[in-house]
Amino acid sequence: MSIKKISKIQPNNFEFNDENFTLAEKFISNYPKGKQKSAVMALLYIAQKQNNNWIPLSAMKYIANFLKISYIKVYEVATFYSMYNLTPVGKYFIQVCTTTPCMIRGAYKLVEACKEKISKDEKKLSSTSDSSWIEVECLGACVNAPVVQINDDYYEDLNKEKMIKILDKIKKNEKIQPGSYRGRKNSEPENGRKALIRT
Amino acid sequence: MLEDKDRIFKNLYNDGDINIISSKNRGDWIDTKKVISNGRNWIIDEIKKSELRGRGGAGFPTGLKWSFAPKEVGSRPHYLVINADESEPGTCKDRDILRFEPHKLIEGCLIASYAVQAHKCYIYIRGEYFNEGKILQKAINEAYENKLIGRNSSDTGWDLDIFIHYGAGAYICGEETALLESLEGNKGQPRLKPPFPALIGLYGCPTIINNVETIAVIPTILKKGSKWFSSIGKPKNTGTKIFCISGDVNYPCNVEEEMGIPLKELIETHAGGVIGGWENLQAVIPGGSSMPMLPKNICESINMDFDSLVENKSGLGTAGIIVINKDQDIIKCMARIARFYKHESCGQCTPCREGSGWMWRMLERMSKGEASREEIDMLMDVTKQIEGHTICAFGEGSAWPVQGLLRHFKKELIKRNNFNPLIKKNKNVPYLVDQHLLEKENA
Repeated sequence: MSIKKISKIQPNNFEFNDENFTLAEKFISNYPKGKQKSAVMALLYIAQKQNNNWIPLSAMKYIANFLKISYIKVYEVATFYSMYNLTPVGKYFIQVCTTTPCMIRGAYKLVEACKEKISKDEKKLSSTSDSSWIEVECLGACVNAPVVQINDDYYEDLNKEKMIKILDKIKKNEKIQPGSYRGRKNSEPENGRKALIRT
Repeated sequence: MLEDKDRIFKNLYNDGDINIISSKNRGDWIDTKKVISNGRNWIIDEIKKSELRGRGGAGFPTGLKWSFAPKEVGSRPHYLVINADESEPGTCKDRDILRFEPHKLIEGCLIASYAVQAHKCYIYIRGEYFNEGKILQKAINEAYENKLIGRNSSDTGWDLDIFIHYGAGAYICGEETALLESLEGNKGQPRLKPPFPALIGLYGCPTIINNVETIAVIPTILKKGSKWFSSIGKPKNTGTKIFCISGDVNYPCNVEEEMGIPLKELIETHAGGVIGGWENLQAVIPGGSSMPMLPKNICESINMDFDSLVENKSGLGTAGIIVINKDQDIIKCMARIARFYKHESCGQCTPCREGSGWMWRMLERMSKGEASREEIDMLMDVTKQIEGHTICAFGEGSAWPVQGLLRHFKKELIKRNNFNPLIKKNKNVPYLVDQHLLEKENA
């Protein structure tokens, strides 16, 4: 089981903005009447997005009221799932997959790069506090290993040099290109494709 | 080798386009009405005849699963739930279906919903696949606009709504009852079975849960006929399957191939062979991290299908093939897998919650050669105490890979860990001595 820490610094108030309020109601309508509790995961995502990619306790209380369920039910969901950040993370949130298929192809070299360029420890903000990194379990892109997820996008087929280049670009706030970094198309074999040959 | 004309997922590498026009050119949404007009008994019968087995890991016959849904809809509505919570290390096939062949999945949802009499379908996607979910949502919107789903879907008289539900990074939610818990807005801890979801599932209503790949192949099977599908592969292990080949191969890739293809052929033809040549192969994990590994001598001749792998005390699982060559430390590789299971255990059953961490800690020490010889037997004992003593199959999933290591690489473990605190009475490292060993000594 994973252990989650709750941030010590907590804002007092949280409320959805107008746009997110409508979005939240739309999510609730996806589920049958009286089963609005199902939307709790979607609402936590909305809160996380609105609050710089982390969820304060006040947001959990707000969502509990919003869905008319008890606070502990929201709290246990938020602490169970690993993708809800309960402490502040960087604007660029870097998740390095280090499970076996990525490890075999050198994921720990990418971890080294993160340690050098961002911060020595995971979950700690960089000196400019615009990025943080974390080791995660399988991201589900094993044939493109090693893989890193930065915010919503996947960066595939990396090595240490390429990772450092990406991190340097992040520092300068430059745009980075998601996808394969060895120039192949998605999950095709790089050379001598034997299946689905283009005619 | 499978010919291109028999491949179901023609856009697996996204050579074409994802939108509805290109999808129609590839055969999606053609004759959907005709297929459905044959009636649900015919559909279920065809799927049974095709001998399609679930592609999510367990390999349960799909037609049989559908026939468990109540024949008449009672006071409770039926639901169809698609499991797209792909998180098994080594597996990344559903990702490519979601992002490059979404219309195959949506069409499959319509046919399956009709067959099990569901008007609502939820697709549970893992949270990390945010972009894939966006592409799928776009495809769903396209399908609504073209009246392919929604009210009177594809002019069949059947109403169907499809919703996407994002997970949030919990491997256990790929277990079907944990997935239902998560859909209901709870933490994802599996339920006791029986009752099975087909009778009491989502919100207490009859629910059929299928993997993405299973549902996505359904339209093609029904259009080309069950005979075509069952003619590929072997009896009881029919059809095509997307294999994900990762790890120490020259060109890791996803590829759709015939069931029962020899593992060696698969690696050599499609993935460019093992790094350092076939002789450099150490072991292969054939079906995602939950399945026990196979050493090189078995890999020479093994066929990739459910039954052949079970005969060799492994399994096809999700067909995520992880190749490990001799440059890798096999114990470290397994210790990392054990850490994965430790991290992902939901904590509901004690044997799994405690045992998964125990196995990880032991393997970490074994990789450094810090374990005593007796601990190697104890490790086996721990796996046996997890296996079969948990609510869901996660217990087996975490214990089997360690058993695989012990079965085939025990020599390596013994060679590295010959330290024996009991005989030499060397207690310099007290944390190495587990409590019950001390008791034995004192007795």
